[in-house]
Amino acid sequence: MSSIRVVLAEDGALLREGLAGLLQRFGFAVAASVGDAEALVAAVEEHEPDLVVTDIRMPPDFSDEGLRAAVRMRRTRPALPVVALSQYVESSYAAELLDSQNGHGIGYVLKERVVDVADFADTLRRVHGGGTVIDPAVVRQLVRRRSTPLERLSEREREVLSLLAEGHSNARIARDLVVSEPTVGKHIGNILAKLDLPPDGTDVDRRVMAVLTYLREQPD
Amino acid sequence: MNKETTAPPEDRKTPPGTPWEALRRPRFLWSLWPWRSLGYLASTVLTGTVLAVLISPITFPFLSLGSALEEMVQGQNHPTWFLAVLLGLGLALLLAFGPLVSVPVARLERWRVRLVHPRLRSGHRPTGKGALRWVRIRYTEAATWREFAYLLLLVVVFGYVSWTVVYLFVLMGPFLIASPLITAFGETVALFPWEFDTPASTLPLVAAGLVLLVAAPYAVAVTAHAHAALARLLLDDRGTEGLRSELVEVTRSRARLVDAFETERRRIERDLHDGAQQQLISLAMQVGLARMDAPPGSDMERTLTSVHAQAKEIIGSLREIVHGIHPKVLSDRGLPAALPELADRSAVPVRTRVDLSRRLPVHVENTAYYVAAESLSNVTKHAGATGVRLNASLDGDTLVLETIDDGQGGADPDGGTGLTGLADRVAVVGGRIWLSSPPGGPTRLRAEIPCHPSG
Repeated sequence: MSSIRVVLAEDGALLREGLAGLLQRFGFAVAASVGDAEALVAAVEEHEPDLVVTDIRMPPDFSDEGLRAAVRMRRTRPALPVVALSQYVESSYAAELLDSQNGHGIGYVLKERVVDVADFADTLRRVHGGGTVIDPAVVRQLVRRRSTPLERLSEREREVLSLLAEGHSNARIARDLVVSEPTVGKHIGNILAKLDLPPDGTDVDRRVMAVLTYLREQPD
Repeated sequence: MNKETTAPPEDRKTPPGTPWEALRRPRFLWSLWPWRSLGYLASTVLTGTVLAVLISPITFPFLSLGSALEEMVQGQNHPTWFLAVLLGLGLALLLAFGPLVSVPVARLERWRVRLVHPRLRSGHRPTGKGALRWVRIRYTEAATWREFAYLLLLVVVFGYVSWTVVYLFVLMGPFLIASPLITAFGETVALFPWEFDTPASTLPLVAAGLVLLVAAPYAVAVTAHAHAALARLLLDDRGTEGLRSELVEVTRSRARLVDAFETERRRIERDLHDGAQQQLISLAMQVGLARMDAPPGSDMERTLTSVHAQAKEIIGSLREIVHGIHPKVLSDRGLPAALPELADRSAVPVRTRVDLSRRLPVHVENTAYYVAAESLSNVTKHAGATGVRLNASLDGDTLVLETIDDGQGGADPDGGTGLTGLADRVAVVGGRIWLSSPPGGPTRLRAEIPCHPSG
C-alpha cells in the first residue's frame, strides 16, 4: 500500500527534524516540513498531502497561527485530515478546530504525546482514516465540567465518552474498561440518548457529535 | 520574535483641566470650555451678590463707614469717634463671625470651582465631636483664615470683576451689533458722550461689537481661570500637596514594577517553552524510538523504558510550571477563554460566567486572572466549599470579578497574606476589593478593576 503523505509544520528545528524522522520510521512519507503557518498553507497547496500535522503556536505571533491556518484550510479542503499539536490543555482551541466539518478527520493532542512514538503514529493513522482524536487530558478537563447535559451521564458513561473522544473503537474501549463489547454498545446508546442525539437516519456520525457536545459545552 | 506587549507609556493627551489649558488647544472655541467658564462667571456674580446680602449683619459697620466717608467727601462732617467706632465695630464683627461664614462658603466654592478646575481639597484638620472643639480648631487654623480672605475677595472683588467681564463682552457685544436695528426703529443709542441715531452712523459700533463678541470666549476663560487659580491658592489643601505628588510617583513606580515583573514572567515562559521544553520532547522522542529498536526483554530495553518514563514525567511537570508562570491562552484569547480553563483546573467545581464584549487592557486581564486564580486556590484551601461561582462582567468602564463559594465563611484579611496580597495587587491598577464572609458562609469576594478602553 502506498504510504500516507504528510505535510509537517513545527517552528522548533530540532523537534521538526525529530518528528520527520519519527514519521518516516513508521512508514509515513513526509512531503514537506515547514517552520511557520504561511509556509504550511503554501506547502499544502503544492503537495496536496493526505494529512497535515501542525503545531498550534508558530511564528510570527506565536499565538495560534497553526490552528487558524488549519481551520482556514479545512474550509477549502473539508476532507483534509489535520492533527494539531498543542502545548497546553486548552479546550477553547480544540473546540474551534472541531467545529470544522463536525470534527471528522481531526486530531487535537498535546505536543508531548509525540514522545509515545507508537501511540502517536497510531493517532495519525486514525485521523487519516477520518477519526476524531482528542487528547485524554483535554477530555478529562471537559468531562469534569459538571454542567448540563454532561451531568446526566453516569461515571461509567463519562469514561466511555472520554475513550470515544480519543477515537477508539468499541472493541478497544471494551478492552480498556475490561467489559464486553455489547456492554460498551449499551453505554454508547445511553450516552447518545442522554445527550439528545437520537438516531435520525442522517449520516452524521453520532459518536463524533457526542464528543462535540462535550467541547461545545460552555460552563455557566 | 514575540510581539509581547508591555503596556505603552501613557502619552495620550489628557483632556484639559483648566480654561487656560483649554485655551491653548486648537479646538477651544468648539469645546465646552467657553461655556463652562461663562457659567462659572455667571454663578460667581450670583454667589457674590447673594453672599453680600447674607453677610450684611456683620458688614454693616463697614457699609455705614463707606457712606459716611462718601458724605464727608461731599462736605458733610462726622466726628472722628464715630468713624473710629464704626471701624472698630466692623473689624470686631468681621473677625468674630467671618470664619464662621467662610468655612461653609469655602465648601460651596470648592464645589463650584469644579466647573473649571480639577477638584480642590479642604485643608482643614478633622475636629472630632463638640462645638467648642470645632470653634477652637477652626479659629486657630491657617486654612480658615485663608478661606476668610477668599470670602472677602469674593464679595468685594470677584463678583464685580465677573460682572464687568460678562457685561462688557457678553452683553455689550450683541447690544452694539444690534444698534443699527435699534436706530432703524427711531430710537437713539447713547454711548458715553456720543449719541447715534442713524443706522449708518452706528457702523463703527457694530465693528466694536463684533470685536467684543469674538474676544468674549477668551476674556471669559481667562477671567474664570484667574478666579479659579486664586481659589486654589486660598482654598486648596497646601499641607499635603507635596506628599500627594510623591504618592502619585510611588503609585506609578509600583505599577511599573508590576509591569516589569509581568514582562519578565512572560520572557521566562517563552524561553522555557521554546527552549527546554522542545529539547526535552525531542530527546524523549528519540528515546522512544530507540526503545523500539532495543531487543525486547533486554537490559537496554528496560533502561530505555525507565528513562522514557522519567522524561515523560519531567515534561508533564515542566508543562504545569510553564503554564503557571503565564497562561498563554490569556494573552491569546483573553479572559473569556482563560477563566473557564482556570475553573476547569480547580479542585472545587466552578460555575463560570464571563460576560465581556471586548478584550481588556493587558494589565487588567493579568490582574483579573491573578485574582481569580488566587481566590479559587483560597477556596480550595480554606473554605471547605462544594461549589464556587466565578463571574466576570463589565460595569461601564469597570471590570467586576466575583467569586462566591458555599463554604464555611469566616475568611479574615488579617489571618494571612493571601487576601492582603490580592488587595495589594488590585490596588496597583487602581482597583478595590470587597470581602464578605460571615461565619457559616457564604464567602463573597468582589474585585473592581477600572479599565479604560484605550488602556
